[in-house]
Amino acid sequence: MNILVCVKQVPDTTEIKIDPVKNTLIREGVPSIVNPFDGYALEAAARIKDKNPDTKIVALSMGPEQAKAALKECLAIAADKAYLVSDRAFGGSDTLATSYILSHTIQKVEELEGNFDAIFCGKQAIDGDTAQVGPEIAEHLDLPQVTYGLEAEADGGALRVRKEVEEGVEVIAVRTPCVVTFTKPAWEPRYPTLKRKLAAGRAEIPTLTAADLPAIDLANAGLKGSPTKVKRTFVPQKKTGGVKIQEADGGAAAKKLYELLGAAGIV
Amino acid sequence: MEAKTKDLWVFVETSEDGAAKNVGIELLTPGRLLADKQGGALAAVVIGCGADKAVETASAHGADKVIVVDGPEYRHYTTDAYAAALCALVEKYGPTSMLIGATNNGRDLGPRVSCRLHTGLTADCTGLDIDEESGNVAWTRPAFGGNLMATILCPDHRPQIGTVRPGVFKKGEAAQGRAEVIREDIHVPGDKIRTQVIELIREMGGENVDLEGAEIIVSGGRGVGGPEGFAPIRALAKELGATVGASRAAVDAGWIAHAHQVGQTGKTVGPKLYIACGISGAIQHLAGMSGSDVVVAINKDPDAPIFDVADYGVVGNLFEVLPVLIDELKKARA
Repeated sequence: MNILVCVKQVPDTTEIKIDPVKNTLIREGVPSIVNPFDGYALEAAARIKDKNPDTKIVALSMGPEQAKAALKECLAIAADKAYLVSDRAFGGSDTLATSYILSHTIQKVEELEGNFDAIFCGKQAIDGDTAQVGPEIAEHLDLPQVTYGLEAEADGGALRVRKEVEEGVEVIAVRTPCVVTFTKPAWEPRYPTLKRKLAAGRAEIPTLTAADLPAIDLANAGLKGSPTKVKRTFVPQKKTGGVKIQEADGGAAAKKLYELLGAAGIV
Repeated sequence: MEAKTKDLWVFVETSEDGAAKNVGIELLTPGRLLADKQGGALAAVVIGCGADKAVETASAHGADKVIVVDGPEYRHYTTDAYAAALCALVEKYGPTSMLIGATNNGRDLGPRVSCRLHTGLTADCTGLDIDEESGNVAWTRPAFGGNLMATILCPDHRPQIGTVRPGVFKKGEAAQGRAEVIREDIHVPGDKIRTQVIELIREMGGENVDLEGAEIIVSGGRGVGGPEGFAPIRALAKELGATVGASRAAVDAGWIAHAHQVGQTGKTVGPKLYIACGISGAIQHLAGMSGSDVVVAINKDPDAPIFDVADYGVVGNLFEVLPVLIDELKKARA
């Protein structure tokens, strides 16, 4: 199988702090990481390769030059090749413009690496949290999609995907080529080996630009190609005015809580 | 595309038995306000199989029109069939805006449809209004794991589409329905549906994990201490008819399945009552439950951030508090 994994370099949102005076996000000093959901997508591809060793995994990221660090991490973990797509004309793209650029890039990478049987993405990126780019890539390329995947297995001309749903887990058969987006499975992704890490450090990662994508219409890329516009951003207000219950023992606290909830008509 | 009307649409998701899922009916509440401000009608769009119940419910909750697509291919949600039907409807009627519930299926369908229509989509909104300057829908949503809120407009493309979190808006009272019902005969041939459900593996013990539709949730976190620590959580949930949730810490430790996880990497919930037991309240968890009407927190650490969002905060050991609380509830019922 030939699998493409799309990854995004994101700020580690667990490390983000709020400036208490200006009430804005402090982004300085926040480490950049591979979006965790993209890590699950890469692990899902690696698990297919464990069973089918002739599988090739190609990683692709759109972003600035620094995003090559994220791609090197993917090479160290499981990817065989990596490409960056980067151009000033792409700055400010919303999800529709981003997925449009990525779909053109994927067609270009297919000329170099052969057609992909599957395109794996994280369910969403932890900075934007939109969960839109994966399905939009599928739409641009007219491919079937499965979202909220946990694990995928090659099955002839199809993939069997375990998908998280409200009632439990659904097993879905989807024809290839297809797009699958992944959520957090029950297992942790593998760590890179030292040997792979060293090789990744030396690897050359080609950068593709708008000039490499002859069919792209730049009117659909970047800020001006984005239908959605950010009007304003703000830090959410914290809720205040709650009742604190502190009693000598847990039982007394429970009784107090029960009284208060009853009086407020909650239980 | 150009809008042909000033109508606002609410996509009403259906269950396999043809009933409306809660979030679609909830969205008729803000849908009414937005439609009135836009000067158009409020239409519910129902896609399903034998979906008369959903049509009735939408009509009883204030829709002016209900547009129905009914057929066996819509019994179980598939991206291909639903996207084909919804896009055909939009192209025929040209609404100016559309709300979709941000369930797993809604977030699967929304980007597919908006991309095909070449328009903007704002995901997972928690606030809806009309921008006074431009008359566009002002979609407000959290980003950066709930650290930042953003208000988004889609000025030049129609329809403007947003997915909206379940539980943020409240279902209105049912009244005598007076909606005009429009039936559209749209069918999707089997070979155009490229996915197939092979089997559904239910959670162990058939436990219901519909957190997004739950009215009461009792959640456990690191303070629960182990898988057996969820016993009092489950007991309280049973007593209240609640769904069991969990923080990422408890899920990562392997004490409970990921399907129970509330927070940024799990589910976003909006119950009437959320009881957090032994959960410290990391921002990623708060992002997933801050839409709850009433939050009760039980934690040993008086400085835990969960107390910042709690309406009732109990500083104490959950293993002492919960059994007495369960007893009190039992006594009251007896």
